[in-house]
Amino acid sequence: MNRYELWFNEFHTEHVTFSFRVDRQLLQKTSDFQRIEILETPEFGRVLILDGIIMCTEKDEFIYHDMIVHVPMAVHPEVKKVLLIGGGDGGALRELCRYETIESIEIVEIDLDVVNAAKEFLPTMATSYDDPRVNLIIADGLRYVRRKENVYDLIIVDSTDPFGPGESLFTKEFYGNCYKSLKDDGILVNQHESPFYGQEAREARLTHRRMKSVFDLSRVYQAHIPTYPSGHWLFGFSSKGLDPIKDFDADRWNALGLRTKYYNTDIHVGSFMLPNYVLELIGELS
Amino acid sequence: MSTRTFQLDQDQAPLHRALLRYRKRRIVSFDVPGHKQGRATPELTEFLGANCLSVDVNSMAMLDNLIHPISVIKEAEVLAADAFGAAAAYFIVNGTSAAVQAMILASLNPGDKIIMPRNVHRSAINALILARAVPVYVNPGLDIELGIPLGMAFKDVKAAIEKHPDAKAVLINNPTYYGVCPDVKRLADLAHENDMRLLVDEAHGTHFYFSDDLPLAGMDGGADFSAISLHKTGGSLTQSSMLLVGKRVMEDAGYVRQIINLTQTTSASYLLMSSLDLARKNLALNGAAIFSRVIQQADYAREEINQIGGYYAFSKERCDGDAFFSFDETKLSVHTRSMGLSGMEVYERLRDEYDIQVEFGDLGNFLAIVSIGDRPVAIERLIAALSEIYRLERRDPRGLMANEYIEPHVAMTPAEAFYAKAEQLPLKDCIDRVCAEFVMCYPPGIPILAPGELVTKEALDYISYAKSIGSNMTGTEDLAVEKLYVVI
Ligand SMILES: Cc1ncc(COP(=O)(O)O)c(C=O)c1O
Repeated sequence: MNRYELWFNEFHTEHVTFSFRVDRQLLQKTSDFQRIEILETPEFGRVLILDGIIMCTEKDEFIYHDMIVHVPMAVHPEVKKVLLIGGGDGGALRELCRYETIESIEIVEIDLDVVNAAKEFLPTMATSYDDPRVNLIIADGLRYVRRKENVYDLIIVDSTDPFGPGESLFTKEFYGNCYKSLKDDGILVNQHESPFYGQEAREARLTHRRMKSVFDLSRVYQAHIPTYPSGHWLFGFSSKGLDPIKDFDADRWNALGLRTKYYNTDIHVGSFMLPNYVLELIGELS
Repeated sequence: MSTRTFQLDQDQAPLHRALLRYRKRRIVSFDVPGHKQGRATPELTEFLGANCLSVDVNSMAMLDNLIHPISVIKEAEVLAADAFGAAAAYFIVNGTSAAVQAMILASLNPGDKIIMPRNVHRSAINALILARAVPVYVNPGLDIELGIPLGMAFKDVKAAIEKHPDAKAVLINNPTYYGVCPDVKRLADLAHENDMRLLVDEAHGTHFYFSDDLPLAGMDGGADFSAISLHKTGGSLTQSSMLLVGKRVMEDAGYVRQIINLTQTTSASYLLMSSLDLARKNLALNGAAIFSRVIQQADYAREEINQIGGYYAFSKERCDGDAFFSFDETKLSVHTRSMGLSGMEVYERLRDEYDIQVEFGDLGNFLAIVSIGDRPVAIERLIAALSEIYRLERRDPRGLMANEYIEPHVAMTPAEAFYAKAEQLPLKDCIDRVCAEFVMCYPPGIPILAPGELVTKEALDYISYAKSIGSNMTGTEDLAVEKLYVVI
């Protein structure tokens, strides 16, 4: 008997695809904002796909979520109020909720259908929606943050790419509004695209430039995420003064006794050391 | 909401249908255009798309001819007239400038007078040069706090008519660039009682025809002509436009076509004309829903912008029942002077810092046009960027100049001045001389000086201030706008 094979394909550029075998599709739904799919795969476990682009997989999401959460948490001495923009899959929320010192987390996700999909199909990520400190707000991030002034210690922007519903989360006006809503020692961390392929690289450069024009301090750090284009991914660390290396307190973070699969305090320092081509791309090569 | 009803089946798009038929027939063409459905121009075809080039064709029997429409173009024009509640409609492919000129040329003979506000678009005064007509300017009125010109008070028009009973027409803007509308119906009645035509420059008012919540449209108010820019707010391609005709001038319909043909191309673009056909269909079928959404978006933006502080996004509350009779709520006109920034500065910040392009900025206001194509995310970005500009850049407003009405001193007709012997002098040496050309900020393209007017110190001060805040000046032969032709 002939058996056909089901493969998922994502175009990383016009000329490059990334593909993996699919066992079955668990969900396909078109929300008001995007097409949401969840696939069951032999290699990566469950995979969340938005508008044809991989958002996260059960196998490697820990890398992304460790790096977007623990890096700023190990720098800021006392994070109490957090704003998480995007991140409907729940992975970043899960990591944040491990810190007892955090008093409140507002998660602002534009698409309720993503949250519902995660709750139903991604139980290892959407673990923390019921935490009493978490307040889920279904709203446009740009609009939400515009009305806030001087309230947050940490803002995490866990967005899709700038070519869809995440578009406004890559704009200068958004960063400016975030700046206004942060306290004086506030930090903003955002996903910063990849430095490798043309389109993402351009966005990475622009994003860094915009960040620098708004924040007092802006650094870029990196991680290796196998299912993202090129596997080489950047994050942005921006603040009103706190420095990701000078103000980083490894002992304090280690004393918390959190077990992590990717992040550790050596990676923390190392992740801010960038290859020359990346430094050149973001205009930081001296 | 719209209570407009149609006599014809507005679901039809005869010109569009004819082009589809043409494309299917795969005709071998030994006529112009020479690119032959894009085969000769691979780079252009790749850029614009093969579909687009395949219907960039010349007039032929199956596609009718704009200078003498008898089949599908005629049908499309008849449908358009029905959609807009006009007695007739003419497709125009040379921009609304051509529509404005056609209605003026069709109504005035050389030496005839026309009553008009001074804040008209340059195309109207250009038409006076072509028509050798005589302008009688009426002060349009001013909203002093905002520094914006209005749409003429009834009594001012009446006074002008009484003083110049021999005038042939009254021209109005409906709306002005800022969204201000005069009382079209009352002015139409007044003009008609005095045997004059009412011509409406409705370049920014296409959408009025499809919503009861917007100001009264020209044809609905009894106007004799309306020049409407479908390309501005109606969704057709840039440069496509229409001239609408009211029933009182229907007996001259053939003459109007002849006038249009004086200056209109004999190779009208089918891209532009089919865009008019489809835009008309879309407006007729979906306009009411579209514009109620547009109004909602603009209202939302106004509310949010007014909460930022500093800005004043004005609306209907400014209406005074006369020169500011009604307001086009799709115009997001925002007053900025009281936060210490000129509209021009905000316009530039939005463009340079935030990649947001608004329509124009002047001394105290900027204008963002919300239309058929806007998405909520774009509105949010505009509001967020304005809130940033307010946070980072607000200043003490003292010292900023306000818009004022500069009373024109008409020394000769635009045509006399335009064709007179003239010399080019540095601006400062032109005081008290008669101007032979235009000076304006573009946009909005409303002349500060027009041919035939005395150059006053006020006008020169205004020009130098507008330049200093970065306005884009045009109109003079001298591209640097440092020298001006004045009549010898
Ligand atoms: C009031 C007014 N009338 C006429 C026109 C001319 O329209 P077009 O540019 O289509 O020739 C404009 C264009 O800016 C305008 O603002």
